[in-house]
Amino acid sequence: MSTATVGKRSFGAVVWDYLTTVDHKKIAILYLVAGGFFFLLGGLEAMLIRLQLMAPDSELIGAQFYNELFTMHGTTMIFLAAMPLLFALMNAIMPLQIGARDVAFPFINALGFWLFLFGGLLLNCSWFLGGAPDAGWTAYAPLSVISPGHGVDFYALGLQISGFGTLMGGINFIVTIITMRAPGMTYMRMPLFTWSTFVASILILFAFPALTVGLFLLTFDRLFGANFFVPDMGGNEIIWEHLFWIFGHPEVYILILPAFGVFSEVFSTFSKKRLFGYSSMVFATVLIAFLGFMVWAHHMFTVGMGPIANSIFAIATMAIAVPTGIKIFNWLLTMWGGSIRMTTAMLYAVSFIPTFTLGGITGVMLASAAADYQYHDSYFVVAHFHYVIVGGVVFGILGGLTYWWPLMFGKMLNEKLGKWTFWLFFTGFHLTFFIQHFLGLMGMPRRYWKFLEGQGLETGNLISTVGAFLMAIATFILLYNVIITTVKGKKSPADPWDGRTLEWSLPNPTPFYNFKQLPLVRGLDPLWVEKTQGNGKMIPAEPLDDIHMPNNSFLPFTISLGLFIAAFGFMYRVDAGFPAYVAIGVGLAITLGSMLIRSVKDDLGYHIHKEDLEKEGAGE
Amino acid sequence: MAKDTNSNHADQYYKAKKKEEMKHQVITFALMIVFTIIAFGLVIGEFDKLFVFPVLLVLAAVQVGFQFYYFMHMSHKGHEFPALMIYSGIFAAILTILALTTITWV
Amino acid sequence: MSTHEDVLSSENLPHEPEKATLEGKNKFLGFWFFLGGETVLFASLFGTYLALKNSFGAAEHTTPSQELFGLELVFIMTMLLLTSSLTSVYAMYHMKNHDFKKMMVWLGITVLLGAAFLGLEIYEFYHYVHHYHHTFTSSAFGSAFYTLVGFHGAHVAFGLLWIITLMIRNARRGLNLYNAPKFYVASLYWHFIDVVWVFIFTVVYLMGKVG
Repeated sequence: MSTATVGKRSFGAVVWDYLTTVDHKKIAILYLVAGGFFFLLGGLEAMLIRLQLMAPDSELIGAQFYNELFTMHGTTMIFLAAMPLLFALMNAIMPLQIGARDVAFPFINALGFWLFLFGGLLLNCSWFLGGAPDAGWTAYAPLSVISPGHGVDFYALGLQISGFGTLMGGINFIVTIITMRAPGMTYMRMPLFTWSTFVASILILFAFPALTVGLFLLTFDRLFGANFFVPDMGGNEIIWEHLFWIFGHPEVYILILPAFGVFSEVFSTFSKKRLFGYSSMVFATVLIAFLGFMVWAHHMFTVGMGPIANSIFAIATMAIAVPTGIKIFNWLLTMWGGSIRMTTAMLYAVSFIPTFTLGGITGVMLASAAADYQYHDSYFVVAHFHYVIVGGVVFGILGGLTYWWPLMFGKMLNEKLGKWTFWLFFTGFHLTFFIQHFLGLMGMPRRYWKFLEGQGLETGNLISTVGAFLMAIATFILLYNVIITTVKGKKSPADPWDGRTLEWSLPNPTPFYNFKQLPLVRGLDPLWVEKTQGNGKMIPAEPLDDIHMPNNSFLPFTISLGLFIAAFGFMYRVDAGFPAYVAIGVGLAITLGSMLIRSVKDDLGYHIHKEDLEKEGAGE
Repeated sequence: MAKDTNSNHADQYYKAKKKEEMKHQVITFALMIVFTIIAFGLVIGEFDKLFVFPVLLVLAAVQVGFQFYYFMHMSHKGHEFPALMIYSGIFAAILTILALTTITWV
Repeated sequence: MSTHEDVLSSENLPHEPEKATLEGKNKFLGFWFFLGGETVLFASLFGTYLALKNSFGAAEHTTPSQELFGLELVFIMTMLLLTSSLTSVYAMYHMKNHDFKKMMVWLGITVLLGAAFLGLEIYEFYHYVHHYHHTFTSSAFGSAFYTLVGFHGAHVAFGLLWIITLMIRNARRGLNLYNAPKFYVASLYWHFIDVVWVFIFTVVYLMGKVG
């Protein structure tokens, strides 16, 4: 039933396959498509923001719409674009890098995706139902509590649902890395991308619960009359800020560490050298994660926590520059003396170093608590976090996608178009954000709808908008590249970049069971070990035998759908009355019923038989 | 034949080990009850707050340790990662509680 | 490599049936990690509660925790939950001895104790609401109290449903390598509920009674 992939299938069958899939490679594609869609949406919002700020005293869009735009731009880009796109890479690559046939919890993996998607859709339904959230992506109380309409309700419930998905995805990755490594793949032989997936997943595990609680408190305040953030009744808004940033700061590292992992792979492959200082890279990754948990209050220096608290958090923050510096130097030294190939992926990696370093330096500036009173809530901060998040995470995602595209889709993206994308994006990015440092220092506050004439902010803002257009053009070229590659591209060789790690030892296309026989790993960069010391092929660690595979399931979709429906019920409980209660009932019934089915029905998976595998092998 | 005796020996070994463990668990349970009674007694006895609070917290921490190590077998082999994650969770938990109790009201 | 029949058979179980398969081992680890995350979840709730425990603002009904809490009920609830922890240990002991019937009996007792705990908690909430007007919306203290204790109560309720489902589903077929990890993980969850309760009765009730 599922062994042989049939040549041509009907459109409906393909859709059904993706709706029910538990294969990590297909889930990766789902994450990529959904995350890519939200990336375009967030980009569109950014373009509208930049258009509004192109000229002084502009009346292009209204103030309320502007508030909704910047709120949704931040929320979408962080939760619905950057995270899922990284999850796409993790899902597609990590199991292959450790020589696993699948992830530890294929069902949970699928559930994580559908929860994320329905959470994201819920959030974006707000555009059509009376207005999007408008309290900033940080949703600080009391503004987020008193904000009229249902915008912030969509924020709280949408992120809650997608947050559950992320947490599940994180646990799945941790367990996969612990239990499913191929023979010989010790921890200190794992590629850096796997390591960073591991560490980022641990951060997800401990950071997301704080957000879960924060969002619950916000929901309770808004929808059920609780008083957590209502000072009149004894509430305290600072609790929200703490909970949000206890989650929010590790979140930054959840985003950047996998990007670091991508760059480590790219540098090493395209310098034809093993990664310089591998063990110090691992150590630095873990250290960044550890320190990353103790710095959240540097977002709150101006709250008035007192000089002692501010100093502690300032010093802890600056300490993170040390392991990050270790990484920067290791990457530079990886390139040093290597035979460097400037492919598109490598361009992203090389340009990431100065860009991210700039963001890191402004980070240390912002970490100085006293100076932060000056920078706080100005465009300087906006410039800083775009330097680290675009210059780090987005470059990482774009570079990683270019690098692993042949593995995910069996075809290589056009390098020429890729370089056009890179140069336009790189130039556009610096045009947009470099000038914003100075706009901030000149006193331009963030999140303001307008700036006025004659304050010296016109030129800077105009430059910034021009840069944004360059990034938009770059994105369109990337889309065009993806489309023509998909339509016209030729099948790529299995190992197009002369790779070093295990994922490149697989045939193209990757079989759905990944490894016919689990490979024996004999060192760091296992494929390279075989290329230099063996015959270039992985040595099997086991005889050919039956392979156990998980069954597809539609339940992840229905569990998530139920929560999506119930969320509307909770939101419109007061205004709609009975129909809302019906929605709650039906939604929860679908979710809990699906969970019950999952728990009652045995799901033992199936086996691919040895004979079938041998037959397939003959054609290879 | 020889194999059977071996597995019998192994079975008996595991059985004995489990019995031993059960004994520990019952003792643990008795201690937990005692600790609980002490904790309630301290509060009913209206001792000084400065004395009662630390003792209560220590008693709670010990009880939780008992739960983790004896009832949930965290001391057994194969629990290295669970222990690591629980301690990391406790670390994050302490930071969270510390912040919310000290630098929230300003 | 094992086939379906092996996984579902009750014969020849190894001495740790919950971790004998890769799926079982994954479940075991994954669930422990989830509990690590739950630690932070409850820490956030505890922190919120501690920040708001004497906080009434301009609320109308302001019974402080010293007058509100009655220790007798809390003591009984604590004993029930502690005992249920021991009974679930007994259940797991019999699981490791492959004695399915005894395991079910002890799990049944665990469920009864848990249900009694939950009943008392609901009664306690009812009492506070009706005698002290201490409600979810009456003050920040009220919101924080019901959220923290209520989250724990919801965990108990979910645990009960979970264990009952497992018991009904597997009543006929006995212990096997497929369901042993499920039972084991459910018992871990139950212990964790008890861990949280230890802190609730200490931090919320006992320390709240002192002031």
